[in-house]
Parts: sequence; C-alpha cells; structure tokens
Amino acid sequence: MPAVSKGDGMRGLAVFISDIRNCKSKEAEIKRINKELANIRSKFKGDKALDGYSKKKYVCKLLFIFLLGHDIDFGHMEAVNLLSSNKYTEKQIGYLFISVLVNSNSELIRLINNAIKNDLSSRNPTFMCLALHCIANVGSREMAEAFASEIPRILVAGDTMDSVKQSAALCLLRLYKTSPDLVLMGEWTSRVVHLLNDQHMGVVTAAISLITCLSQKNPDEFKTCVSLAVSRLSRIVSSASTDLQDYTYYFVPAPWLSCKLLRLLQCYPPPEDGAVKGRLVECLETILNKAQEPPKSKKVQHSNAKNAILFEAISLIIHYDSEPNLLVRACNQLGQFLQHRETNLRYLALESMCTLASSEFSHEAVKTHIETVINALKTERDVSVRQRAADLLYAMCDRSNAKQIVAEMLSYLETADYSIREEMVLKVAILAEKYAVDYSWYVDTILNLIRIAGDYVSEEVWYRVIQIVINRDDVQGYAAKTVFEALQAPACHENMVKVGGYILGEFGNLIAGDPRSSPLVQFNLLHSKFHLCSVPTRALLLSAYIKFINLFPETKATIQEVLRCDSQIRNSDVELQQRAVEYLKLSSIASTDVLATVLEEMPPFPERESSILAKLKKKKGPGAVSVTELEDSKREGGELNGGSDRGPDTAAMAASNASTPSPSADLLGIRSSAPVGAAPTSAGSLLVDVFSEAGPAAPSAAVNDDGFLSSAPPSEDPAPPLSEADELLNKFVCKNNGVLFENQLLQIGIKSEYRQNLGRMYLFYGNKTSVQFASFTTTVSCPGELQSHILFPQLNVQTKAVEPLVEGGAQIQQVLNIECLTDFSEAPLLNIKFRYGGALQNLTLKLPVTINKFFQPTEMASHDFFQRWKQLSQPAQEAQKIFKANHSMDTEVLKAKLLGLGTALLDDVDPNPENYVCAGVIQTKGQQVGCLLRLEPNAQAQMYRLTLRCSKDSVSRRLCELLAEQF
Amino acid sequence: MQFMLLFSRQGKLRLQKWYVPLSDKEKKKITRELVQTVLARKPKMCSFLEWRDLKVVYKRYASLYFCCAIEDQDNELITLEIIHRYVELLDKYFGSVCELDIIFNFEKAYFILDEFLLGGEAQETSKKNVLKAIEQADLLQENIDFQMRLFAGSRDTAQRTGGNWTDINMVHIIIHLPPTSFICQLLYVADNNSNSPLSTLNFTVTHTHTQLCLCFLPLFRDKQCSTVWLISC
Repeated sequence: MPAVSKGDGMRGLAVFISDIRNCKSKEAEIKRINKELANIRSKFKGDKALDGYSKKKYVCKLLFIFLLGHDIDFGHMEAVNLLSSNKYTEKQIGYLFISVLVNSNSELIRLINNAIKNDLSSRNPTFMCLALHCIANVGSREMAEAFASEIPRILVAGDTMDSVKQSAALCLLRLYKTSPDLVLMGEWTSRVVHLLNDQHMGVVTAAISLITCLSQKNPDEFKTCVSLAVSRLSRIVSSASTDLQDYTYYFVPAPWLSCKLLRLLQCYPPPEDGAVKGRLVECLETILNKAQEPPKSKKVQHSNAKNAILFEAISLIIHYDSEPNLLVRACNQLGQFLQHRETNLRYLALESMCTLASSEFSHEAVKTHIETVINALKTERDVSVRQRAADLLYAMCDRSNAKQIVAEMLSYLETADYSIREEMVLKVAILAEKYAVDYSWYVDTILNLIRIAGDYVSEEVWYRVIQIVINRDDVQGYAAKTVFEALQAPACHENMVKVGGYILGEFGNLIAGDPRSSPLVQFNLLHSKFHLCSVPTRALLLSAYIKFINLFPETKATIQEVLRCDSQIRNSDVELQQRAVEYLKLSSIASTDVLATVLEEMPPFPERESSILAKLKKKKGPGAVSVTELEDSKREGGELNGGSDRGPDTAAMAASNASTPSPSADLLGIRSSAPVGAAPTSAGSLLVDVFSEAGPAAPSAAVNDDGFLSSAPPSEDPAPPLSEADELLNKFVCKNNGVLFENQLLQIGIKSEYRQNLGRMYLFYGNKTSVQFASFTTTVSCPGELQSHILFPQLNVQTKAVEPLVEGGAQIQQVLNIECLTDFSEAPLLNIKFRYGGALQNLTLKLPVTINKFFQPTEMASHDFFQRWKQLSQPAQEAQKIFKANHSMDTEVLKAKLLGLGTALLDDVDPNPENYVCAGVIQTKGQQVGCLLRLEPNAQAQMYRLTLRCSKDSVSRRLCELLAEQF
Repeated sequence: MQFMLLFSRQGKLRLQKWYVPLSDKEKKKITRELVQTVLARKPKMCSFLEWRDLKVVYKRYASLYFCCAIEDQDNELITLEIIHRYVELLDKYFGSVCELDIIFNFEKAYFILDEFLLGGEAQETSKKNVLKAIEQADLLQENIDFQMRLFAGSRDTAQRTGGNWTDINMVHIIIHLPPTSFICQLLYVADNNSNSPLSTLNFTVTHTHTQLCLCFLPLFRDKQCSTVWLISC
C-alpha cells in the first residue's frame, strides 16, 4: 500500500489487490479470483440495490481482474449504469471500464452512446472531457457514426473550455483514423486550422496532431496551415526559455509543440511565399545554432528535448532537399553526434544520416564520416546501433568507396549478430553487384560471402551470382578458377557446392587445361562433397555431372559408374533417382551431337530487376528502399545484363526443389521463433510473481509507516533470508573477500572491489557434492524495490544469468556490477535455486553490500577535522552508540577493522591517543556524503563509545548501526 | 503512438494502454514478445529498437520499464521525454511514486495518462495543467461525498475488515481539501453503535499540495470500532 492513497480510496479494492499479491501460487490466485467473481456476481444479481460506491468498487475489481489477464464476461451493465451517476469518480470508473473492456454488444453500445451524449451536452467541462476521453479510447465505428458530426462543433465553438477543446481535437483524430469516411471537416476546416493561433499552448499542442493527420490526407484543403505553423514555430524558437512558463521543459521552450510543427511542415513542399520561407529558414538556422550553444542544464531531459527538435528540423531539411547550405550543416551536426557519448544520439545520428546520404547535396558530406561509421560498426556494443551503422554504410556507398565498404561489411559479417546477418548478406550482395566495375572482384566478394556467412546466403544471392557469370563472358574463366579453389577447403558451405557445381558444369572446360584442375580432378572434387549435401544440391550436382560428360568425354566412364551405383539409381528420393536414371540413359544412348545440343551452355538471362533488391525491400517493408535507389539499380543493372527472377537452377534443370524448403526459408523460420533473450517468460501469469518479485520486503516500519506493508506477511519472501543473514552481513562490513555461505551442498565465495560509487563483486558457487546441480538460477533483488522511488532508486545491481548446470565438484563464477545511486540501508538479496537430486533447494542471502563500501578515505589534519566536526553539529547529523565490546580490544585489530571500513584512520587528531578518529567520503551517483567517525574504547569497562557525524543523517544512523556490531 | 506498456523487471505488466484496435490475443502476444525483448537488453544499450514495423522507445525507472511503440515518422527523443513527463506526473501526484502506488492505484495511473495523452498524442504537456485537471476531479469528489474511508495498517486482512482494531499502531487518512487551516474531529462508531467522540487527538500534519495527510499515533487501542468517520473540518 502506498504511503499516500488518494481521496476516493476503495478499501475493498485495496484489500483484494493485496490478497492477490499474497497468493502463493497461480492456483491460489485463480481460486481467490473465482471467489471474488462469485461474490461480485451475487452482489450484482442480488435483490438489494447496490449503492454507487459499491458498484464502483466491484466494477473496479472486475477491471483489475481483467487487467491481470483473466476474462470478464459480466459487469458491463453495471459499468454502464455508473456512467449516468452524477458522482464524478463513479462516472470515471464506469468510463474506464468501458474504455478497457469494450464489448460490441449492440444493446450496450446504444446505452453507452446515450450516456456519452448526455455528458457531452451537460456543459460540465469535466464530464465532457470524460466522455471525449472514452470516445477517443474506444474509437469504434459505432461511436464515429454517433459523434463524428458533433465533435467538430464542440472543437470550434467559441464558448468551449480549453481543456474540452484539447480532448475534442484528439478525439476527432482518433475517429478520423478509424473511420475517415465519417469525419467530414468541410465547413470547419478553416476554423480548425486557425486553432494553430490559439492563445492556449495546450490547445495548439492537441490541435496540431489533428491538423497534421488531416493535412497528410487532404494537403490542399489545409495548406493555409503552413504559414500559421511557420509563424508559431518562429515565435517559440525565438522565445526565451522562461517565456512559455509551464510549457518550457527543462529550459527548452515547448519541445513537443515544436516537434509537431516541424512534423506538420513535412507534409508540404517548401513554402512558395518568399517571406514565409525566409522566416522558416531562419528558424531552422536558429535551431542548428542552438545545438552549438552550451547546454543550459546537465540533465538528459534538457538535451533530449533540445535534440528532439533538432532531429525533427533535420528531417524537415532533408524533406525539402533544396537548401544545400542547411543540408551540409545538418550533416556536420549529425557528424558530431556520431561520436557522442550518448548511445541514443549515436543511434539517431546514424539513422538520420542514412536519409541525408540519398540527397545529392549532402551525399559527399556524409561520405566524409565513413571512418567513424566503420568504427561504429566494429566497436558499438549495442546490436541495434551496429545495425544502423551498417544501414548507413549501405546508404553512403558509391563507386568511389564500394570496395572499402564491402570489405568492411564482409569482415564485420564474421562476427555479426545472427539477427542481422541475412540482411547484411543481401546488402553486401547488392553493393557488390551495383558497384562492380571489375567482375572478378564481384565474384570474389560473393564467394567470400558464402564462405563467411553461407547459412545466411539466400537463394536469391547465389542465383544472382550465377546469372551474372553466365551473362558475362569475361568473368567465366575467373569464376571457374575461383570456385574450384574455394571448393578445395575441407569444409565448405553447401551454397558454395551449389555455385561450384553449377559453374564448373558450365565453364569447367575453361580451367581444364591446367593439370591441377583437370576434368577428373574437378569431378572428384565435386563428388567428394556430394554425400554431405541435401537433396536439392545433389540433384544440382547430378546435372553438373551430365554436363561434365558433354564437356569432357573422358570423364564419361567414371561418371556413368557413379550414376549407376545403387545409391543413385535406386535412391529413395524420386527426383534423384529419376535424374540418375535419365542422365545415365542419356549419356549411353545419345550421340555426341545430341548430347551437345541438349547440354548446351545456358543462354544469357533476360534483364530484370535484381531479385536480391526485391528481397531486401520485402524484408525492410515498403518505403525502406527509396525510389531513386530502385531507378539507380535499374540503370546500373544495365551494365550487368540484368538478371532474372527465375533461379538458374530451375531454369537450367528440371525443377527439383519445389517441395524442399530452401535453406534460407529454414533460417527465416528459425529466426522468427528464436527466443530473443533469457528473460523470465511467465508472462500472462501476472500474479504468481506478485509475491516472488516483491522480494523480501524487509519489514521495517521506518521505510513505510503506513503500516500496510511493514506488517506484510512474510509470504512475500521467496525464501526468507537465513536467520544468520545479518551476521553474514556484519562479517563483511570491514572486508571484501571471503566465504559468504557454506553448507553441505554448496559453498559461496565472494570477492569484491569498489571504486567511487561503483563496485564489482565476483561470486563463486562451488558444488561440494559429486552430483550435478540442475536448473541452477540466481537472482539479485534490492529489498523494498517496489516501494522505492522510481525516479530515484538507491542501488543498481546488474548481472548475467549463470549456467544452469553445476557439475559435481565444479565451481562457477558470476559477476555483479553494483552502482550506488544514493545512500541505502538495506543490502541486496541473492536468491539461489537449484535442484539437487530432485529436491528443489532455495536459499536467500543478504549480499554484503553496505554503504561503507563506497567510502573514499580522506586524510586531514587535526585542525581541519575539528572544524568539520563542528560544522556537522545538527542533532540529526550525529549518531552515537555506547556498547559492550564483543571482540578483542587489541589496538592492531581495531586499526585493521577501521581501515577495512574504507575510511582514513587519522593519527594525532584526538587529544586522547587511546581514541580513534577516521574520515571519509561516501560516493554515490547523486551526491557525496562526508563522514567523520570517533571511536572511544574503555578497556576497563570493556565498552566503546562510537560517534558518527555525516553530512546526511540517514548515513550517520546506518553507519552507526553497522559499526556497532564490529567491535 | 500505438501503445504504451509499463512492466516490472520481472516482466509483470503494470499498465497497458492501446491506441490502435487489436484483439486481446494480439495484445497478449505483443506484450509477451516485447517484454522479453526489452528485458533481454543490457543497461547501456540505446533506448530505441526496431520491432516489427514499429519503433520501440523504452526507459527503465528503478524496477519499472516504460515502453512505447511509435510509428516510423515519430520522433524517438520526444517520446522518451513523453515517458519522463508521465513519470514526473505520477511522481507529483503520488508524491515520490513507487511501483506499489501504481499497483494499488492503477485506475489513477490510467486517469493521469488520459489527461496527458489521448489517442496516442500529447494532449496537454504542462505538468501544472494536467495535475490541475486531476486534482479538480479529486476535489469534485470530495464536495459530493465527504465520507472518509480509512486504511488501517493491520497485520492481517481478517482483522482489518472485522471489528477488532486493537493491533493498530498507526493510521493514515488523506483528506483533499481547500488547503486552509482546519480542525478535525473524529468519531468512531463502535459495534454497539454508541457514537462517542474521541478525546483530543495527537497527530502530525504534512502538506502536499491540496492533500493533507494525518498520522495518528496509537489511537484505537482497546477500542472496538468498525468505521471511522470524519465529521467536521
């Protein structure tokens, strides 16, 4: 339960939610839900009329149940009844239910529409807004039919409140998106456009989304919006950061509105009116200039908002594609972002530059960044950024840099992520073909492609290389030589065998003069791969063999023998058997002339659009490959004699693989079903987790004093932390390495190091038994995570999953990266689960991460120490404890402990040499907390007095608690 | 924007808002896929990813992921700030928002979202105006229905619903009022229906905008009462 519950708290609902959260299993949850459903059903059916509050509460419970992922088949009527309540919250819950659980039950729709109609005509702005929100959320055709004519009137009426106008504008937008035929602006058009001039920024913000959408569909009717948008934009861009009051976001004036205005302008060509255009160019220049100014705030929100506008402005500049000066400036700006430390900016810069690359004005400017982009492809740690870099390389490629780019992409392919390999292969293939001047380079590239990423080379790619080789006399000899060499590799990809078989079958004669590649050598080489290949490839090879008989009569006997053997002529595959039988017969009965005619070299393929390009387009969806690129490829394709949609295999040989899925199809299938990550997959069971994830909400009244959680039942723990957990924690306050835990099965060792506010912890899990641990999983959670402030969490702990199997006697290691964001008192929890001989073991330990780990020692002189001590004189800043010694009071031991604490142990500060004083600064991400410590031992009484003064009171208290256990 | 999802580090959906018509089955499938995809990403990775034919923009706040799917021509950075502004709104409304606030007051989270975004587009970007709209609504409620309901911190549900309040140490009442000075008198209704006012109360008052939050120190000890009514202010 949150510390604050708003006005209309529904206690029954809170109780129900908390019951669900306490359910220990999915079954228990379902049971509880069924009980509640039965209860609600009986209440709804009961004789006693329910009051509004109860109805609201039950409807809200139903909604909660639905949002958990369960089906709800009743309660709609009660929700509709709530719509006509005159109590706001009841109405509001009614509308929420309807919005989430629309049911196209016609009877209900009529009732709902009726209620909406009443609220729309109520002239009560809050009720009107609720009704409009509901229409916008549901957005059904029935609602469009009922209200599409009414809402424009509300939108433009002079006496409509601003908030209602805002809702009306977006409501209309939603209806327009679902049923454009029903929303007719007609007479309202000009008044809607003039909303851009509205004094209320909120109204403009809402209206512009509507206007943008309408402009896209009917640009002519709305074209007056251009000059209005430009003048609005100009006013915002030139305003000081404080002018717009609450519409200024982290010192950026109206970022949302600015972006939308720039977006709206992208629906139109550059303004024809010189004055308007001049003003707009001025705006764009100002935006570009602002990007060079020092930031007004270090917050990421400031730079994000500012750059959002900048990127939108660059989009507009690219859209216009008519201002060389602006295009080049945009390109330079993006060039700066390419090396920005923010991953997000690098990503967007790469993406945006991709479109700049296609403009004739900026293509050259983009090319100057090639080294940076190649570097990004090699070093970016995020696959989505690398993907953008690959896209950009593709877009910036032209004849001048093709060889470099293709080489880089090829070398990247060797390590590329599986998810983008296929696309990369297509791109390399296209570039190699498009910019090939030298066809031997092209053939090399494609063969390299097959060698490096054979699995990802789709049929289109290898069809294409064959088409080109067949169409170009000058490369055939080279191609034959190269594939012959490539096939020498002991393990070569099946696609290589296909290309090799095809090319040698056609052009093997061109290299047969060399004794190292004599016909028989060629045949033996091909045949050595035969048995490892799939049926379609074998079929292709059989065709190659018969072509060999024609090309090299001397191989006839050998090949006939191969065809004649049982594994061919009696092959269980019909296609292979038929080919073997037919080819054998053909070779033995046909005369040389007949053979030569039947097995003549393939004629050139007719010129068509590259099938690879078509595939890439299909992969990227429409619009991904620009029209110019298509035209380009046609033009350039001409040089290559074009290609064919038919694969050469199908053309040359009996269609054999129609029923066999191509390797690329296989891959696609695998790809699409492959799980992306090892994230927990219990989606759908929204509840079971509720207790498991809440983690051990360590009961602590200090953390939340509303009592609801602090007294929460311990069932929220997956496994309650061991009783000695605190002891464990104490053991590691002053040291970083050691054995964290040990029982008969498992030993956990720990090593940790800390620097500034960061820490790294190595955990070693040792299996002490001789039996394997199965399903070994570990999870780290921060206690009270659910209650912690989402804007300001305390600790950030990152880790990777461990191997699920730990063999007997083996040890596995796990690394945790810890970041201290602000001071904290609860240690993170480590939960370990595994199966040992069938029994599930489950234990939870506190990880010895305590606030003192983030200490930086501070040396200071006596004078400084006392001055600071006096400065920290507020009562709350001091924490003191007097306690009995639990351990040896030996000086050296104490010193070692105090040093292990992380502070500097200061000599000659305290007048009493028996006492110890220490100083240090605790480093958190957000702030530094200075801490001073004084420990006064009393050897006679075996007591200590410990005093801490810190610049933050919570730190004093926590350190005092921790340290009191140490001495 | 096509939809917004809020889910926890453990992959539990906390809020879902769909701005395009989809069947429940599709919604569940999308949610499952996207939650998996996003959770599998490492912390320093960029906040944007291509997903199907959409762009996904996400950001993690403590244990919660906020995740929006936008269309091709939409602006990623401004969407990131849409998320942040929503978080700020939640934070301001709940006062240091945490995941539990969103779990227990899910309906409020939806109302705030509706005031901020409508049909997937920003309706009102001013924090002040959005909160004003929400708080006006809260006030409207108070004027009509002045009855206060009490959340008692008890150790177990059975006792909380029943009449035995002896285990209560602390009670919170939140009152939405025009924030002027006020005197508060409390009655408890005992099981025997004898209404007798309690003696003067010790409580601390904290201001957060138009709400006042009272902390009652041990108050109902040894009292048998089922409902507490706030009768005058």
